[in-house]
Amino acid sequence: MATTVRDPEIATPPPTVKGGLSFLTSRLRQIGIFVALLVIVTLFQVLTGGALLQPDNVSNIIVQNSYILLLAIGMVMIIVAGHIDLSVGSVAAFVGAMSGIMVQDWNFPWWVAFLASLIIGGLVGAWQGFWVAYVGIPAFIVTLAGMLVFRGLTQIVLENQRITGFPEEYRQLGGGFLFPGLFPAETNILDWTTVGLGVLAVVLLVITQLRGRATRARLNLEDEPAAWFFTKLAFIAFIILGLTYLLAGSRSGTPIVLVVLGILIVAYSTVMSNSVFGRHIYARGGNLQAAQLSGVNTKRIDFMLFVNMGVLAALAGLIFTGRLNSAGPGAGNLFELDAIAAAFIGGAAVTGGVGTVIGAITGGLIMGVLNNGMSLLGVGIDYQQFIKGMVLLLAVGFDVFNKRRASSALK
Amino acid sequence: MAENILRMRRITKTFPGVKALQDVNLDVERGEVHAICGENGAGKSTLMKVLSGVYPHGTYDGDIEFEGKVAEFKDIRDSERDGIVIIHQELALSPFLSVAENIFLGNEREKRGFINWNETNVEAGKLLRRVGLDLNPVVRAGDIGVGKQQLVEIAKALSKNVKLLILDEPTAALNDEDSAHLLGLVKGLRTEGITCIIISHKLNEIREIADSVTILRDGRTIETLSLHDGSVTEERIIKGMVGRDMGSRYPDRTPVIGEEVLRVEDWTVHHPQESGRVIVDSANLTVRAGEVVGIAGLMGAGRTELAMSIFGRSYGSNITGTLYKNGTPITARTVGEAIRHGIAYATEDRKRYGLNLIDDIKRNVSGAALGKLAKRGWVDSGREAVVAGDYRRSMNIKAPTVTAITGKLSGGNQQKVVLSKWMFSDPDVLILDEPTRGIDVGAKYEIYTIINRLAAEGKAVIVISSELPELLGICDRIYTLAEGRITAEVPIGQATPELLMQYMTKEKD
Repeated sequence: MATTVRDPEIATPPPTVKGGLSFLTSRLRQIGIFVALLVIVTLFQVLTGGALLQPDNVSNIIVQNSYILLLAIGMVMIIVAGHIDLSVGSVAAFVGAMSGIMVQDWNFPWWVAFLASLIIGGLVGAWQGFWVAYVGIPAFIVTLAGMLVFRGLTQIVLENQRITGFPEEYRQLGGGFLFPGLFPAETNILDWTTVGLGVLAVVLLVITQLRGRATRARLNLEDEPAAWFFTKLAFIAFIILGLTYLLAGSRSGTPIVLVVLGILIVAYSTVMSNSVFGRHIYARGGNLQAAQLSGVNTKRIDFMLFVNMGVLAALAGLIFTGRLNSAGPGAGNLFELDAIAAAFIGGAAVTGGVGTVIGAITGGLIMGVLNNGMSLLGVGIDYQQFIKGMVLLLAVGFDVFNKRRASSALK
Repeated sequence: MAENILRMRRITKTFPGVKALQDVNLDVERGEVHAICGENGAGKSTLMKVLSGVYPHGTYDGDIEFEGKVAEFKDIRDSERDGIVIIHQELALSPFLSVAENIFLGNEREKRGFINWNETNVEAGKLLRRVGLDLNPVVRAGDIGVGKQQLVEIAKALSKNVKLLILDEPTAALNDEDSAHLLGLVKGLRTEGITCIIISHKLNEIREIADSVTILRDGRTIETLSLHDGSVTEERIIKGMVGRDMGSRYPDRTPVIGEEVLRVEDWTVHHPQESGRVIVDSANLTVRAGEVVGIAGLMGAGRTELAMSIFGRSYGSNITGTLYKNGTPITARTVGEAIRHGIAYATEDRKRYGLNLIDDIKRNVSGAALGKLAKRGWVDSGREAVVAGDYRRSMNIKAPTVTAITGKLSGGNQQKVVLSKWMFSDPDVLILDEPTRGIDVGAKYEIYTIINRLAAEGKAVIVISSELPELLGICDRIYTLAEGRITAEVPIGQATPELLMQYMTKEKD
């Protein structure tokens, strides 16, 4: 009887390396989000008559969205684990306010205030993580409460006043640039620091990618055709170099926050894909019971994720405060929703277990470019909200549609 | 008397890869209590789902005749309209609604969309009295005990003018008193002219209340016996349930048995929510190196609960007793500790508890022992792929690469991934819960071969199974479990299906 049973294995795609078009379509879902970003950039570049990719505007887009992107990193990790965090905007505001009090009222040196702020962020995260992980209250509730609690605390500690006039060093993180006067002005056709960084990034990228591919090939795990791999690599290098060129031609070169962001993106991507901690996050989000029955301490994972989110929210608060040179009671309003939208546009699943840092960053950039492009076109806030909402809905809808098609194709 | 209310003819139902029912016939006389017996997986529940329209007409072959008319039910509502009501093993009451609301759920006492609460509660009260429940119909269904919930289900069935009531394992979760009450009620319904089909593992119950019994085995009707003259004994029913040829469906093995590896002493486990309910009752068992020990028990006997409570207390509350590993007492309060002590547990429900179905083979294989592949918190992905690749070959997991998503594999291959995961954790004791559930015959043979290999490597293996021939085919020793108690320890030389079934159905003294 067993021989008459159709073996489902036969139906699964047999070869490891597929060629040409079929491979491209299978990858379309993965790269769809990057294509979408590219389309949106092109669209606005045309619509704004080239204003979008003006060097100073590109620099502006990065700095303007840096704190959302930073929050999106922590947020996508929390979403992969199957939770949500609604409090990050309030936490960022609270930490920004505390840092303002530390440098202005208590005259702390800027770096002490920074360090203390990150610790405060960690403690806030530990507080929320405690309720989620060890008491077992859904994160939605805990962080909804946190959103109110920390917004309230911000207003209390600021006594509803605004703190301004931050010291120069403090403001560097949010608004500063890397080594502005390193090269004499007359040699500066381009900002050479930026060019150096860009070239370094490309070299590192190429080396790590080639080594990774060599290892996979040795283990017989390679499933990408060479043409695809090298096209992809060349394309990414081209994007980085293009960005470098634009930034190098801008007024001030590389924003410090871009370097911070770049380091964090690489670091967190590595954590998510290669560390035991990252693996356990995916395992926890993919199947909680299976993870627990595999000996994963899921409570600790949940707790650590919220601590991490708190620290990242604190950093976002510092950047935001520094950029505006102001800590106000209403700062960081709705940041959480932008960060959540970024993660979901970037392919994270509401049910957990799926999502990447790079996806979330791309999602955040899509929102950022939309904002910036529409502002350049003089589109009102009313329409901007409407369009961003529709983009979120359609992006996730497209993903759901794709998954359904993929699973029905299996049957 | 001899008029048949129900005739089912040549019912065949196929699931992908499995023939669940094959040419099953069932005749039920009007006004009788008709029992259906068979091992787990014999097809009892499937047959009842065909009858009640859960599997609609067209998804099975064969004919159903109800009250002399051909019945082609499209769904449950369709069969309920004709007076067939099924009460499932897992009760389907909504815990936050009142008893009265539950009784009339989907069948509300209403006028133009507005519920008539007085009528609802008064009618519910009448129905409750009919089933012998003195209960205020406005209490929440979740606040009454399981026994009463079962009776509320019957009241709900009565509200639908039931002619044929199907009870699937109605007393499995009940204590003796509640069981007796329920069985009394079933007898009472018979005098009201309601026909009853009852699925049960408890043979003494069947002999007590049923007029006749139909025995299913491997998806086929074996026989229908009349219980009126009392000549049919429990042994006779058991023989029908288990009697099948065993052939060579099991690979040969010469056991080399060593020292005791795990001993469980006086192990008592309570229900995680209802801490007064004993699920495992002072169980004692041992397993030695190179030995395959079976645990036989019917559904609800506490097999999985016993295993999971041993595995880092992942089930139950208020657990008492001692675990000995290689002769010294150990504590394993978390799954992590159990794994460190060399215990592994492969679950009976691999999709819910065993695998991350949206992730690939290699990450599932490494899931329980990721630390072995990591240095200072960083995973060596290359080595992980190599390890997973080795298991893919040695376990014969049919997938193009180790990056294949486990959710897309067949049941047999998923099970091999689960086994790989636990083999990679390098345990001394492997507890395999229903290792061959839902997989086809060929893959089963492979799983048995793997179990033999594990034993040959000196592992201590515990196999929990609902299939007696499987246990008889692969084990060296078998414990029987009934109502949370270990009722016997049988060496393989003395074990017969009949003997095991006797111990498995043994009631509390």
